[in-house]
Amino acid sequence: MTLLKRGLSRRRVLQTGVAGIIGTGVAPLMFTKGAWAQEFCNNPSGDTVTFGLNLPLTGAYAEEGADEQKAYELAVQHLNGEGDGGLISVLTPTALKGNGILGKKVAFVTSDSQTKADVARAGATRMIERDGAIMVTGGSSSAEAIAVQGLCQEMGVIFMAGLTHSNDTTGKDKRRYGFRHFFNAYQSGIGLGPVLGQEYGTDRRAYHLTADYTWGWTQEESMKAATEALGWQTVEAVRTPLGAADFSQYLTPVLNSGADVLILNHYGNDMVNSLTQAVQFGMRDRQANGKNFEIVVPLFSELMAKGAGANIKGIYGTSNWHWNLQDPGTIAFTKSFGAAYGAPPSQAAHTAYVQALLYADACERAGTFYPPEVIKALEGHEFDGMGNGPTLYRAEDHQCIKNVLVVQGNDNPTSEYDVLNIVQEVPRDTVAYDPTIFGGDLGPAEPAPMC
Amino acid sequence: MFEVIFLQFLNGLDKGAAYALIALGLTLVFGTLGVVNFAHGALFMLGAFCAVLFRQFVTLETVTLDPEKLSPWGAPLEIREPLVQAWFGDFGAVLVNYSVPASIIITIPIMLLVGIGLERGIIKHFYKRPHAEQILVTFGLAIVAQELIKSFFGPNPIPQPMPSDLRGAADIGAFLGMQANVITYPIWRLIYFLFSFVIIGGVFAFLQFTTFGMVVRAGMADRETVGLLGINIDRRFTIMFGLAAVVAGMAGVMYTPLLPPNYHIGMDFLVLSFVVVVVGGMGSLPGAVAAGFLLGILQSFASMTQVKALIPGIDQIIIYLVAVVILLVLPRGLFGRRGVMEA
Repeated sequence: MTLLKRGLSRRRVLQTGVAGIIGTGVAPLMFTKGAWAQEFCNNPSGDTVTFGLNLPLTGAYAEEGADEQKAYELAVQHLNGEGDGGLISVLTPTALKGNGILGKKVAFVTSDSQTKADVARAGATRMIERDGAIMVTGGSSSAEAIAVQGLCQEMGVIFMAGLTHSNDTTGKDKRRYGFRHFFNAYQSGIGLGPVLGQEYGTDRRAYHLTADYTWGWTQEESMKAATEALGWQTVEAVRTPLGAADFSQYLTPVLNSGADVLILNHYGNDMVNSLTQAVQFGMRDRQANGKNFEIVVPLFSELMAKGAGANIKGIYGTSNWHWNLQDPGTIAFTKSFGAAYGAPPSQAAHTAYVQALLYADACERAGTFYPPEVIKALEGHEFDGMGNGPTLYRAEDHQCIKNVLVVQGNDNPTSEYDVLNIVQEVPRDTVAYDPTIFGGDLGPAEPAPMC
Repeated sequence: MFEVIFLQFLNGLDKGAAYALIALGLTLVFGTLGVVNFAHGALFMLGAFCAVLFRQFVTLETVTLDPEKLSPWGAPLEIREPLVQAWFGDFGAVLVNYSVPASIIITIPIMLLVGIGLERGIIKHFYKRPHAEQILVTFGLAIVAQELIKSFFGPNPIPQPMPSDLRGAADIGAFLGMQANVITYPIWRLIYFLFSFVIIGGVFAFLQFTTFGMVVRAGMADRETVGLLGINIDRRFTIMFGLAAVVAGMAGVMYTPLLPPNYHIGMDFLVLSFVVVVVGGMGSLPGAVAAGFLLGILQSFASMTQVKALIPGIDQIIIYLVAVVILLVLPRGLFGRRGVMEA
């Protein structure tokens, strides 16, 4: 009372107290419970949440990009509760409700990466900074994936990689904000090696033509390791530029090199062109070292097989997934995609669709879009029902560990889509490996400076 | 080692034939009209898409649905019947098989019309403008053509199968009396080389042995004097532009089995062709042909493992490296004439 009499009114006391609280920094803790949820890049404030689709709609991998786009559009429909729901009903466990993500409708923006890493990075930057993308996904080239996941780490935005097969993506260039559902070159080698040994024997001489960028290098390295372990010799490994179109000058030296197997470490249009031209050079009708000359394509795609036509018949390779698997997830996705677009999905479409759903599911399980929490929800997550059997999103390198398919070009296709036969489903325990062998460091999960 | 070098040489001839054929048309336009035509690659691309269009026409199908059988995604199975075979029987099947060479029949009139239309409609307004403006307008035309093709045919390559009888490789070694199966080369690539040879020879013969050609050559040397003689040289030059478009178009058609065409195929060849023209000498037809073969052969040899082991990456830069060296030693190119593109 004395104090009040001296001129300190109750109002003054309250004002002073509040000022003191704010001044000592207590207020932020009192009034912002869960404040971390507000302080990250592109935290969705309205009633929608935006995915950034970074797709190679032109360039060497344009076909994959176009199919990925269809898959993402389908995934967005299903997440928003439209269509037949696709894989939401078969994913186990799942927190998805078919009402968007955390009650917000999913929207998307797209960017054509032109199958170029620099364009992909610029497109991702634009989608994050201008369009407010909460998550970036897509890509059909490892160079793109590595460039974009590096950017996403800097900006604190999760990147769910599309088709990327280089060991580096979840190896030396892995990032805390980058996640890969697709398998990798090392797993291709582990899966394909024994089948090649069984079919072509252990006394073979291999010639590699390799796309000259990160994926090609790791694919070549993995195939060399797998075939040399069988007893094969590597005659030569020649690097070819991505998008070279005419490979004839690289194919002529193969003819008299002493090799009896040509391993084409190419993908997309490069694969279609190099394989078509190799067949034109008569390599499939050739004898070398007293054996039939063989061609191997370590990474197959049904889109590629379609483009290469009859040239693909009988050729061995590996695949992440194929629409004619008979598990409930594959049947559901093939039906859903086929009904929407009149054709079965490619492996690029499948991995794109699955990635979109897995991100959404992780947000639902985390109860927030806050990236470090979503990352925690994805790391070490075990799930099933997506067409690849039981799958682990490995925490150490963000690589999905699941079954790998060894496939062969179909000799007697019944339709234009019936181009590949599944030779073997290699169990995930066989293709699992020590995550430390490729080095790299995931980096921190703490929020980056606001984008 | 002889086989390796021989095959690489053959591959160089094959590549060089493609470069020479495109560069020939480019030089024809530059030599007659004085126009630096950056739309020439687009003409190559349009020719390639004439083959695509023709094949799409001859492979038109009737589609009936069989409700008894379902596809894996639950839709009724489609039963497709090719229309051309229904109409023409065995001849229809032959037409489908030989769709690429047969499409030349429609390519010639289409490309002639495109060439003449382009020259009369747009390019003639730029004869007296600086070369930089010609380059800008023709480059713009090329982009428009690309986007049009992309909107009609999509961005992806469309494979064009070669005739079944011409698939596979020819045993050249055995033909030359050497060991069998040592020197083999794709039949279609040999056909492309012969085709280029015939077209190049035909263009030279046309210019050398016909009155029309003689007038055109006179016009190339001195346009004003030929005009003063009462000859409508502009009309002849317009026809030459059309002829250049036809040459580019046919080159595009025959290249489709080797490289599935997409909207960008012309641009891929354009830069190389300009290097060929500059190395050969601006406006020189023999120069364009010689430089085409020279650079094709060098590019092929530079891709050999032994050469790449000596100079890594040489296969990527050889053409430009040689161009720099030749232009340093011979600033007008191999067969360049004084006064062409010189201030």
